Amino acid sequence: MNLLLLILIPLATGVAVLLAAKQQAKWIALTGSAVQLLLSLALFASFNKERATGNTAQFLYELQYNWFPSLNISFHLGVDGISIAMIMLTAMVVIAGILVSWNIEKMTKEFFFLLILLSMGAYGFFMSLDLFILFFFLEIAVIPKFLLIGIWGSGKKEYAANKLALLLMFGSALVLVGMLGAYFGTDLKTFDLVTLSKVNIPVNVQKICFPLLFAGFGVFTALFPFHTWVPDGHSSAPTAGSMFLAGISMKLGGYGCLRVATYLMPDGAKEYADIIIVLSSIAILYGAFATMMQKDLKYINAYSSVSHCGFVLLGIGMLTKTAIVGAVMQMVSHGLMTALFFAVIGMIYERTHTRQVDEMGGLLKVTPFISTVLFIVGLCSLGLPGLSGFAAEMTIFVGSWQNTDAFHRIATIAACMSIVVTAVYILRAIGKVAMGPLKASFTGIKDAAWNERLAAIILIAGILAIGLAPFWLSDLVKPGAEIIMQKLSILK
Amino acid sequence: MKPELLIAILLFLILFIKIGKGMSNDRLLVVVQVLLFINLIVGFIANSEGILFGGIYHTNALIILQKNILNLGVLLISLLFTDWFKKSDQLAEFFILMLSALMGMFFLLSSGNLLMFYLSLELASIPVAAMANFDLQKRVSSEAAVKMILTSAFSSGILLFGISLLYGATGTISFAAMPALLTASPLQIMAFIFLFAAFAFKLSIVPFHLWTADVYEGAPTATTAFLSVISKGAFAFAFIDLLFKVFQPLHSVWYNLIMLLSVITMIVGNLFALRQQNIKRFLAFSSIAQVGFILVGISSNSIEGSTSVVYFMLIYIFSNLAAFGVANAIESQSGKALINDYKGLYQTNKFVSWILALALFSLAGIPPTAGFFGKLFLIKAGAGQANYAFISIVALNLVVSLFYYLKIVRAVFMDKNEQPVATVQLTDSAKLGLIICAAGIVFSGLIGWLYSYIQSVV
Repeated sequence: MNLLLLILIPLATGVAVLLAAKQQAKWIALTGSAVQLLLSLALFASFNKERATGNTAQFLYELQYNWFPSLNISFHLGVDGISIAMIMLTAMVVIAGILVSWNIEKMTKEFFFLLILLSMGAYGFFMSLDLFILFFFLEIAVIPKFLLIGIWGSGKKEYAANKLALLLMFGSALVLVGMLGAYFGTDLKTFDLVTLSKVNIPVNVQKICFPLLFAGFGVFTALFPFHTWVPDGHSSAPTAGSMFLAGISMKLGGYGCLRVATYLMPDGAKEYADIIIVLSSIAILYGAFATMMQKDLKYINAYSSVSHCGFVLLGIGMLTKTAIVGAVMQMVSHGLMTALFFAVIGMIYERTHTRQVDEMGGLLKVTPFISTVLFIVGLCSLGLPGLSGFAAEMTIFVGSWQNTDAFHRIATIAACMSIVVTAVYILRAIGKVAMGPLKASFTGIKDAAWNERLAAIILIAGILAIGLAPFWLSDLVKPGAEIIMQKLSILK
Repeated sequence: MKPELLIAILLFLILFIKIGKGMSNDRLLVVVQVLLFINLIVGFIANSEGILFGGIYHTNALIILQKNILNLGVLLISLLFTDWFKKSDQLAEFFILMLSALMGMFFLLSSGNLLMFYLSLELASIPVAAMANFDLQKRVSSEAAVKMILTSAFSSGILLFGISLLYGATGTISFAAMPALLTASPLQIMAFIFLFAAFAFKLSIVPFHLWTADVYEGAPTATTAFLSVISKGAFAFAFIDLLFKVFQPLHSVWYNLIMLLSVITMIVGNLFALRQQNIKRFLAFSSIAQVGFILVGISSNSIEGSTSVVYFMLIYIFSNLAAFGVANAIESQSGKALINDYKGLYQTNKFVSWILALALFSLAGIPPTAGFFGKLFLIKAGAGQANYAFISIVALNLVVSLFYYLKIVRAVFMDKNEQPVATVQLTDSAKLGLIICAAGIVFSGLIGWLYSYIQSVV
């Protein structure tokens, strides 16, 4: 299977959207993203078949094209289980995001074009095996986010767009310096991830560059204290924008922390693991407690995203195989869950024109479908067994517990405590929104339309698939995590 | 000598047209555009390398490429600013001056000794001061010209002083013989610093940048574009050639100097650009910051460094000219030149807005535009010296610069305005110029072959 297709299809879709008439734009975007979803599922199937026949190469379907030969930069793509999990997540969020934006009237073509461009950056990022193109795709995604929030957003949209673009650019700047350190750190003078992973980058270089890379990618995934763009950005963005931000964009950071920072610089990872654990525990608890104070549904989900993404970084910081597998599962699970949450919030807002929890009530009576989805997503967020959140968080906790010293134990226990807090704010919020007496002004509102139903069903299917049978995902991710662990354990 | 001869022929042709029967502006403009296009094409064929006049003049594949890049820039200027050209009373004179300056730059790039170097530098500067005065009825334009000529003369004085000291210290004026005679004695270092200061004036490196903003704002936009793109490019090429070849023995002296000035230039340029309201002043300060990035590439002292500077300059021509082209189109039709006037531009001018956004993203170094590759390669070349603190400051400056470029994007796409600028009627040639620039911005980065080609001639 040619991985280039996964980049070219969004590109072609984007161009087609720009050239098409206004009414056709959404249909083209939907077709393109449906093809992309089918393709990523086909990739998953053929990857599994390939593995079943005993192909144990680290990356499959590699392709390499010399881009800037004199600088040792090549367009090098390839996938392992971790990438495939992220690609499937992206494809599902993209199609759901396009479905819920069905009724956008303002600058329709530009809107869908930017969504597609953003998704293209994510696909490219998850497949890149060369630091230069990885960085290229990482930055491609910044401007669409800025424009999506600034043009179609609401509230303090310009402030939020600016803050997001600048903080993410700051993260990129750190990544850039760390990346150059990796390039010049060895005698190979190469950006190629596979080549770099086979040699040991000098320890003194790792000690400088690992924190740069980790913090740089960490900005994308709401590493405390660089998380401040998350609440503003998510709450000001249009529905699909929030879905893409939380579902895809924040995962770029987690994937980068794992694939680039931890994988290439294991010495650095060991050196700074404790700091990562402290920061991510703070993010988990702080995010959870901050959520309790929120009245606005979007803010609730944004702060809870800070908390949930803290688990991803915690899993990476624990440096055990199980925890890393859990971190990847948490990325996928949180991506699906939070995208669905934002989609539901968007649907509710479109009907009630408010996002304040206090102003709502009894929606279950008029919009049973939407309210049911809200219950599912809320229960997933608080980690109910059978849904994806439980599987992912449980794996992280088990992995964390494998570290036997007091420090790791305390951090794990602290992180576990956040689940209680999560239960408090989630149950309170969805209870107020869906149950109780119906407000008079909401009597006439209609339940979800076909496009909204389809979007919700796609995402719920993903959540259930992970929640009821998590083994396919953990088996998919495990070989990738094992290779990272091998690099780490050589050092012991 | 071919590029210089071609320009000389063009000069005479325009002169004959002027003193003969004369032509209407429209026709003259078309003639000039066609001539410049032919000039650009011929520049690529039948080039020879070698040395002439006992070493006074030399040329090689790199210099030819640099001249071609400048030719391209001049052609784009003649396409983009048609609005203003058509209104001008002395169109022929403007092009004569511009081409004279261009010829000076060509000789500058090819000069093989200090005298030729000084002579061509003057030829490249004085006509530009006259060009700055071309909005004859505007006082700011005259003011710009006076400031320009005074700083020009001042820096020439410094340069001459440096040249005479250098001659005294080494006993030669030939660039070829000089490296062997440079021993980093105090006198030589002083002479070098004077020479360096003269270049710093021309490139508007902080703290020699004070003339830039006023001149850029007052001069006609076509002149500003010429100054900020063509003139800057030519001086950067000459500067890098001089440092890497002639003053290579003094590398330890100028490495720290360049690094320090690069950081200061970037920071000052960025901080002042943050506060600007006038689009031309804004672009002036942003171009100062860009020079800071060019210095990062120069600091590398490697083939990669000179390749990345030439590559960046090519991209910079496309991006900056596109931005100036849009600013000019809006200013000459609506008279508006403040960033606040750009609010809501997208409602009325979709094409122009996209071009402007593309140009600004490229200047800020955001992929997939070519500016991303240009800046990254400059930084990568500079990082070859393994100075992480320096590279970190440079990388953080990228963030600051993004802030002010986004300010304009925000005004254009997001801010509401009751009365946005009316729809701008672009002339066909301006449209063509903008499309060429946009294509350059998109493709000159994505096509990896281009960089390899430049490296092969360096």
